[in-house]
Amino acid sequence: MPTVDFEGNTFNVDEDGFIDDFNNWNESWVRHVKQTEGIEELTDEHHKIIEVLQDYYKKNGIAPMVRILSKVTGFKLKYIYELFPSGPGKGACKMAGLPKPTGCV
Amino acid sequence: MAFEPREPQKELKYEELRIYSDEELNNYTDEELKKFKIKHKVPMCDDLEKGPWPSFVADAKREALHRKKLGQDRLMIEQDVVEDLLGQLEVSFEHGETHWKHGGIVGVFGYGGGVIGRYSDLQDKFPSIAHFHTMRVNQPASKFYSTNYLRSICDLWEFRGSGMMNMHGSTGDIIFLGTFTEQLEPIFFELGHVLQQDLGGSGSNLRTPSCCIGKARCEWSCIDTQDLCYELTHYYQDELHRPQFPYKFKFKFDGCPNCCVASIARADMSFIGTWKDNIQIDQKGVKAYIGGEILPNGGAHAGKDWGKFDIQKEVIDLCPTECMWMENGKLMIDDKECNRCMHCINVMPQALWPGKETGVSILLGAKAPILEGAQMSLLTIPFITAEPPYDNIKEKVIEPVWDWWMEEGKNRERLGELIQRQGVQKLLEVLSIPAMPQVVKEPRSNPYIFWKEEDVPGGFKRTIDDYRTRHAR
Repeated sequence: MPTVDFEGNTFNVDEDGFIDDFNNWNESWVRHVKQTEGIEELTDEHHKIIEVLQDYYKKNGIAPMVRILSKVTGFKLKYIYELFPSGPGKGACKMAGLPKPTGCV
Repeated sequence: MAFEPREPQKELKYEELRIYSDEELNNYTDEELKKFKIKHKVPMCDDLEKGPWPSFVADAKREALHRKKLGQDRLMIEQDVVEDLLGQLEVSFEHGETHWKHGGIVGVFGYGGGVIGRYSDLQDKFPSIAHFHTMRVNQPASKFYSTNYLRSICDLWEFRGSGMMNMHGSTGDIIFLGTFTEQLEPIFFELGHVLQQDLGGSGSNLRTPSCCIGKARCEWSCIDTQDLCYELTHYYQDELHRPQFPYKFKFKFDGCPNCCVASIARADMSFIGTWKDNIQIDQKGVKAYIGGEILPNGGAHAGKDWGKFDIQKEVIDLCPTECMWMENGKLMIDDKECNRCMHCINVMPQALWPGKETGVSILLGAKAPILEGAQMSLLTIPFITAEPPYDNIKEKVIEPVWDWWMEEGKNRERLGELIQRQGVQKLLEVLSIPAMPQVVKEPRSNPYIFWKEEDVPGGFKRTIDDYRTRHAR
């Protein structure tokens, strides 16, 4: 498993750049993912989405459906793509430290 | 009316876009090909070069030799990607197991789909296919191409990918097979900015729509399948590129009930062209078939002697609704009993044609077995007109269905499963159409019938005390 050294932290990641374990997530990871996901400036709105994803994941053990993410944050899908150019799965879930989306992608 | 694209099409000139010269494209001799051995031993793959059918192994070896002769400085990913692919395939033949890792999440900025990530689990042995991502490229409706276009995408793919493709994926896309992550954005840029070409769909979204050959080359097409396919593809680009559905959703467009793109089996929303008036009959043509001047079924059964054409046996007796007969040497059809199965038209294409008052039937819910079992689409809209810009279909059918499914669908629940779970009645309510006998093959045989409270005199609120005044315990 490849590792990433960033701001004095070492993260284990897979080939797609997802963190190996949600418990190893910290704020520094967010700044690391920002570099690869085409995000110029981290705003409160980015943090709001990350927070919603993490809360939902802690409660339910899965990532929320896109529709639920939109509902809870109040952000339209289009706006979520403006914040995370790779989209809610590859961009936001990765940054929040959630496991990689699976299934028919 | 001839099909007109929504926006002016860039005229692609291969001579201006080409990456490789003619010498580079034809850079090996038959002699060299005979002597060529790929870098891995692949005895089982070699076996598949025998026999008459075009061999994918032989083709892959040609590509491997071609890339070798092009040389690494003319290619953006490893030149021996094809050889490593055959090497890993051989190992899979030996083990009887796949050697791709689970899943893979890669893509291009702005889209949530279109690229299928894939990584080898034998990367030390086959480093050139450590990454082997697939890109889906949205094909033109019915897959008509010019060589200018095909040569241009082939050069691009040779340069930045493996040079291997699927023509086409089952859903319809041109499939670019195998490239590395860092090539995805450059390929996407070239496709969009130079070739005016977009990616197809993947993930929980609208997948790439596809259609039969339609009016382009078929006398039976009741709707302009290409126009409808193209229009809806353009109109729903956002739904195609940015997943927002509970699960995948597919459109397919067939010009007639022969279903040449199998929409009824392979699309959540199947569009099947049909007609409302009478089958057009040319009695002269009928006579020519009876007299043996024209072969039945366009000569499809000419390989075997089935005897002289017998209209009674081959058409009239096979009509599923028995609505045809001969009268004074003329073929008669009771059209109000005809279910437009296409059989007679298929047998006598030079005597019978679909009617002139055409439109489309819309059927919903086809899916493969997982989770609740396979389904074919269910007839929901028996007839609706299909004229550009198709606002009736967009506003009255597609969008109400999506609104309902996006609100009610569970995670990874196909539309067909939602219809099963909440009932056809709910679907009819969503579409604001009345229940019609055409929607069922047969009425229910069980008596578990739900009633709405407002349809029951006195409603559902009763007290037991009132009942006890008449019936003691």
